[in-house]
Amino acid sequence: MNNIQLDSQGKLKHFLSIDGLNQQILTEILDTSESFTSMSKQQVKKVPLLRGKTIVNLFFENSTRTRTTFELAATRLSADVLSLNIATSATSKGESLLDTIHNLEAMHVDMFVVRHAISGAGHFIAQNIAPHISVINAGDGQHAHPTQAMLDMFTIRQYKHSFKSLKVAVIGDILHSRVARSQIQALNMLGVEEVRVIAPKTLLPSHVKSLGVQAFNDIEQGLVDVDVVIMLRLQKERMTAALLPSEREYFKCYGLTEARLKLAKSDAIVMHPGPINRGVEIESSIADGPQSVILQQVSNGIAVRMAIMSITMQSNGAVL
Amino acid sequence: MTDNTLEIPALLTTLETSLRQKIASRKLTDPIMIGIHSGGVWIAEQLHKKLEIEEPLGLMDISFYRDDFSQLGMHPKVKPSQLPAHMEGRNIILIDDVFYTGRTVRAALNEIFDYGRPDQVVLGVLIERDGRQVPLQPDCSGCSVTLPIGQRIKLTGPAPLGIHIQSFPTESDE
Repeated sequence: MNNIQLDSQGKLKHFLSIDGLNQQILTEILDTSESFTSMSKQQVKKVPLLRGKTIVNLFFENSTRTRTTFELAATRLSADVLSLNIATSATSKGESLLDTIHNLEAMHVDMFVVRHAISGAGHFIAQNIAPHISVINAGDGQHAHPTQAMLDMFTIRQYKHSFKSLKVAVIGDILHSRVARSQIQALNMLGVEEVRVIAPKTLLPSHVKSLGVQAFNDIEQGLVDVDVVIMLRLQKERMTAALLPSEREYFKCYGLTEARLKLAKSDAIVMHPGPINRGVEIESSIADGPQSVILQQVSNGIAVRMAIMSITMQSNGAVL
Repeated sequence: MTDNTLEIPALLTTLETSLRQKIASRKLTDPIMIGIHSGGVWIAEQLHKKLEIEEPLGLMDISFYRDDFSQLGMHPKVKPSQLPAHMEGRNIILIDDVFYTGRTVRAALNEIFDYGRPDQVVLGVLIERDGRQVPLQPDCSGCSVTLPIGQRIKLTGPAPLGIHIQSFPTESDE
């Protein structure tokens, strides 16, 4: 199923999930991203790489940060970008997803960036699309959010230089988090020493061990000696059952506080994909503190998305 | 095959002399030297010392400005450009190893101008060969050579530097 991401020469054509890729492709994305970061020094923050290409952002779910960074990434590559507000478009008049896609296809677009509440939406579009179009998954249901995972990997490499001897803890709503799923796959693919997940039992998937992680229910045990702390947002909108007593109770048991952060290595970095719930997952002073790299993650998001867009667009199928 | 008739130290000396004359005649005060990855950087590192240029050497990767992205895709080992943030109004000495079609220099000029509007830009290359495809040419060069179509001249390095001539079935951009 995942091989749909690669073209006949093994090059990245669609970027739908970390699953099905390999260390070489992930490293190529990280190296290319690094080159794009030097662009922020330019007066004209634009390169002509994707001139004349049309990229359509199809966001069936709300997003500010992800959509904005995708738009910026595309414009800095000199592509033309169209962001469709699906809530007011034809799908709300009853048009099917495929009809929407085929109509846009008839307008000769080159790439779709898709966010959808249903897991597998990106794969579905990639399977049903004209061969010259690339699809990038900007988050599908509870399945994957691979560009977020890559910008997190890029941020980790920026601060820690190598993945090899790292201990990384992912804390919070693992059950509902497409970000966590993609992060765990990427961390393991890039060869970190240990990936830990820390959450109450109700927010851990039942198959958690098969993900290649150490699971902890006690945050204080899980944080000991880690190099990287990744906080996740509580996805209240996806919680259909009573999984938590209250936000206050959650913060008491699983919130990242100054005292708890001291259990990690003294040079540990703190990450969060945003939007952050201050006082729910993370103490405000940590989010704004010296170990927080949360805003650096946002800046890196542009360079990493530029890299992924240009790498997928160079696949033969996309440019011929 | 390695070409023994082209001696790198001699070519570097010729290029250095020519650049000194150009710096004087064009009044290139306080210049910034920029080498184009990879071969241009190796040459520029030596010239930067010989010409005692104060400003740190700039490194440029023109991969994002190439005109053949849609045919060849991204260069697999693209490196970050390291250029001074303020190039506005500055004199620039751009260095590459081989000048061939001129397309690399076209891309490099575009990148330079995206960092600001320079005053003068001078181009120095170790080897100029025939086969220009755009109306650009070097100001200074270590030598000029004519090669049969399908042959490519390439600098290998960084240590030791060598010049190789290879035969290719199709032309490619230097």
